[in-house]
Amino acid sequence: MSKILSSLEEKVRDKVQEVKDPEITSVSLIEMGMLDDIEVNGSKATVKLIPTYLGCPALDMMEKDVVKAVSEIDGIDEVDVIFVKDPIWTSDRITPEGREKLKEFGIAPPPLHAHEQGAWEIECPYCGSTRTVLDNMFGPTACRSIFYCNKCKNPFEAIKPV
Amino acid sequence: MVKKYNTPEEAKQDQQYLDTLKELIFQLADDDLLISHRGSEWLGLAPHIEEDVAYSSITQNTMGHAAMLYELLEELGVGKADDLAHLRKPEEYRNARLVERVNGTGDYKENPDYDFGYAIIRNYAYELFKKIRLEALQQSSFVPLADTARKIKREQYYHLYHWEVWIDQLAHSTDEAQKRLNNAIQKTWEDVASLFDLGPKGDQIVEYGLLESGEMLKKKFMDQFKAKMENSGLIWPGEPQPLSETGREGRHSEEFVDALNHLSEVYKMDPQASW
Ligand SMILES: [Zn+2]
Repeated sequence: MSKILSSLEEKVRDKVQEVKDPEITSVSLIEMGMLDDIEVNGSKATVKLIPTYLGCPALDMMEKDVVKAVSEIDGIDEVDVIFVKDPIWTSDRITPEGREKLKEFGIAPPPLHAHEQGAWEIECPYCGSTRTVLDNMFGPTACRSIFYCNKCKNPFEAIKPV
Repeated sequence: MVKKYNTPEEAKQDQQYLDTLKELIFQLADDDLLISHRGSEWLGLAPHIEEDVAYSSITQNTMGHAAMLYELLEELGVGKADDLAHLRKPEEYRNARLVERVNGTGDYKENPDYDFGYAIIRNYAYELFKKIRLEALQQSSFVPLADTARKIKREQYYHLYHWEVWIDQLAHSTDEAQKRLNNAIQKTWEDVASLFDLGPKGDQIVEYGLLESGEMLKKKFMDQFKAKMENSGLIWPGEPQPLSETGREGRHSEEFVDALNHLSEVYKMDPQASW
């Protein structure tokens, strides 16, 4: 999102920044790269979000959380959340701050290149080693895989590159 | 150059285009709905816990793909997405026969005796076909459908990969594994032709630039499936039987009607409920 925001739109953005991914509570929707656009018309705010995984049950919660947070702003009476089809979410949309916060949460951020070439190099979020192996492509949620670190002997989760 | 339709509103201006488009999206959505229903019946029954987690993730994603496609239909004014998934009559569903087949003998709640070999090969066949169809849909004349296909494809990559890993590992393990995979290929082949059928509006679907022809999809599928079988030392079953009746015209098996009843049981109790 690169356009110049009005002051009310900036307030909306600050509120969206407070909304966290319900499954990774240290990372906000903005840091996940999910915010596409904000528009304020009179007292109505429209927040356009880019959905991460289509079957993700967290999307409904995020929608409710955004409506709740933005409704708290003085001068906003109505909040509309739209999940857009274009652009599509790709894992390289996660911001540098988002990548750091994922690591703090014990989740390896996705590799920045490599999709569809098979081998990705994943850094262990605990010790930084790249001596890691894929254990299960599918982790506890659709967007994560499970890895094992051969150096510090910890299993850990990683966001799948898409 | 075929004409592009950039929004649902544009598509709604052209009744013939709209009717053809709806027919196609029902095929796509219903295929994903039924294969993920069959996947959901494996929950807790997969060979090991990692597989249970992986297969149910795939199933949940695929259900999400179906939901997104029903939402496209909702935007086209066909009806509410949840109602479209649950409340149609059996003959209004447009899925291929392959995706509605039962997982094996027995019932999910009572003595399920499912065949994981069939799960591997059926899902591999469906996901391979789905990848080829998604690649073609990325050029679709209905732009929101092309966008949706791009999105689905990035997730779907992992689904196909998952079933390939099973084939790669089992095909070179034991005679028993080889035998069961070969049997599963035979069984899958009884229905595989149902995938390439574009239904009664097939010609219009192609003319309007919504999707490439069934023959083209079939050719790509057969080339890739055959290569996989050859690399794995599995038996290539040859040209599949032509279809006798087709789900794309709403003709389904009894198994399908049972599945549909299960699938919509909870929803029908209270369609107004908020989840
Ligand atoms: Zn480590």
